[in-house]
Amino acid sequence: MAEKMALAKAINESLRRALESDPKVLIMGEDVGKLGGVFRVTDGLQKDFGESRVIDTPLAESGIVGTAIGLALRGYRPVVEIQFDGFVFPAYDQIVTQLAKMHARSLGKVKLPVVVRIPYGGGIGAVEHHSESPESLFAHVAGLKVVSPSNASDAYWMMQQAIQSDDPVIFFEPKRRYWDKGEVNAEAIPGPLHKAQVVREGTDLTLAAYGPMVKLCREVADVAAEEGKNLEVLDLRSVSPIDFDSIQASVEKTRRLVVVHEAPVFFGSGAEIAARITERSFYHLEAPVLRVGGYHAPYPPARLEEEYLPNLDRVLDAVDRSLAY
Amino acid sequence: MTVESTAARTPRRSAGSKAGTTGTKRTRTTAKKDAGAEPQLVQLLTPEGKRVKNAEYDKYVAGITPEELRGLYRDMVLTRRFDAEATSLQRQGELGLWASLLGQEAAQIGSGRATREDDYVFPTYREHGVAWCRGVDPANLLGMFRGVNNGGWDPNSNNFQLYTIVIGSQTLHATGYAMGVAKDGADSAVIAYFGDGASSQGDVAESFTFSAVYNAPVVFFCQNNQWAISEPTEKQSRVPIYQRAQGFGFPGVRVDGNDVLGVLAVTRWALERARGGEGPTLVEAFTYRMGAHTTSDDPTRYRGDEERQAWEAKDPILRLRRYLEASNHADEGFFQELEAESEALGKRVREAVRAMPDPDRFAIFENAYADGHALVDEERAQFAAYQASFADEGGN
Repeated sequence: MAEKMALAKAINESLRRALESDPKVLIMGEDVGKLGGVFRVTDGLQKDFGESRVIDTPLAESGIVGTAIGLALRGYRPVVEIQFDGFVFPAYDQIVTQLAKMHARSLGKVKLPVVVRIPYGGGIGAVEHHSESPESLFAHVAGLKVVSPSNASDAYWMMQQAIQSDDPVIFFEPKRRYWDKGEVNAEAIPGPLHKAQVVREGTDLTLAAYGPMVKLCREVADVAAEEGKNLEVLDLRSVSPIDFDSIQASVEKTRRLVVVHEAPVFFGSGAEIAARITERSFYHLEAPVLRVGGYHAPYPPARLEEEYLPNLDRVLDAVDRSLAY
Repeated sequence: MTVESTAARTPRRSAGSKAGTTGTKRTRTTAKKDAGAEPQLVQLLTPEGKRVKNAEYDKYVAGITPEELRGLYRDMVLTRRFDAEATSLQRQGELGLWASLLGQEAAQIGSGRATREDDYVFPTYREHGVAWCRGVDPANLLGMFRGVNNGGWDPNSNNFQLYTIVIGSQTLHATGYAMGVAKDGADSAVIAYFGDGASSQGDVAESFTFSAVYNAPVVFFCQNNQWAISEPTEKQSRVPIYQRAQGFGFPGVRVDGNDVLGVLAVTRWALERARGGEGPTLVEAFTYRMGAHTTSDDPTRYRGDEERQAWEAKDPILRLRRYLEASNHADEGFFQELEAESEALGKRVREAVRAMPDPDRFAIFENAYADGHALVDEERAQFAAYQASFADEGGN
């Protein structure tokens, strides 16, 4: 039975289901217990599953991830919350040097089924360190998987799949979409975790995005349609691995590609997509792959974030530039 | 004005000047005074090999038999022999690097022998003696130093985690593992090894916090070998390291790290506390790294011979030998047999290292992920095609 719920609630329901079905699943993080997380994503879970399953931790990110590694070595499946994107860096060492590498280091003897949940991205008028999109920094590291749902149904199912994965998964939650509602069918059979989805069919150009930018791209396609342009929108869902086959298939149909993400364009996921699609589909492309994203500057104060973030006009401008070739 | 506030203000007022140097010196003196008189050092066996009474810790080694004492001696001798062989192998170009434990045998054997089979050990990269106690084949320790793998043993076969090179990371893993032990209702304990340098790391402080908050059954075993590469302990801490535990709410104790009996007793005490639900303990084994930090290091640049000579007089192996001889717990035959066993171990290790095959080239891609990853699959295929292109030409 499908039910309409907000994206944050879908994650909450997904965590609840995981806690119910596997006694080894643990929730850990700052304020995840009584408060239910600063975004209430873990609301009510400690009340129902107790303090030994839903664990309020000291305010120490390296400690959260480092102890989660130890718990995973003991056979648990911790799902840890990093309160905000910009706070993950104290834990970056543990994630990169330990969490990502221990499976390889042990020649496959050790598995680390740890999910690191990170509410990420801007657009909510927050202060410094609360609006960043560091997904490329994680995608660059072998041993980690990086995903980001764009809607409630994906949030629900991708969280289930991330928890069941024997690999560490960095789970980027689009915080500005937490309150967007969508259908969630808890009995559906979900597609693979790393498979991209065509969320709007089109013939003139492909817009590829993930997380918070998928909604924007759908809006762009709506506006473009009024101007007689038929855009295809691809929700990548996963940043590591990236489903290049689906991008390639779409691009070989539309012959044009614009990649949209909030993260800085420089060395971002769009750069990787542009390079690989150029290699794979060089003779199909009518225009260079274009990117729309953040600037090579610190994330600006809230009053300037609308200038920094990709918006309708900036993406439409890129669409026009691509179509002009 | 108190002495403390003078000390705190003097260096600021005169930084960079000659007076600043005086200020720094004064600060150091103050720090020592603040920390109290000479730190308490638990010792059951003096450097001369004399057994001294200790009301608190004697009971943890009360039933020890002459055979067990000979066993500890044997462990230390064989570990030192293995370590010497590995150092030679590095000098002969068979290993890329080696981190010697010379001088730290008592700290490692004493603590390693205190662990129970179901306890779990989280080492740094120098715990060759602890690995020995856990039954890890010494030859397996050399794989990463030879460059054929980044680990070399199954951590769950001996409850001995892989070596961790990033300083202090493993103390958090140990804490998390211990939290899991407590959740499971098991009565085993966890021990995390680290050095004096690592005590400066945030992860070590965070592991102290987490273990105290969750009352985790973990023993933090700091081998204070006096030097973190070229940095002396004074560059890591203004108080003796064991005293740091107090601020986190659990006990800390300093033991003579060159006294295998003392280390055994203190570690048994700490592990029993953990098993009994009393939470974490910090043990500081006060010892000395007689050699270089690793074979890439040159200790003559930062410390004098006198220091090493002073510590040689406290040698952990010599001290137990004196005790064994004085108490007639071992005869000449025992020492001779051990000498032969030692040589045989050296030979076996040497041969094992030379026989280690290079890994298969496709090992680059193996185990990057447990569930697989499309990019790894793609690159593996490209790599295979590239390799095959040589085969087509009859090469490789």
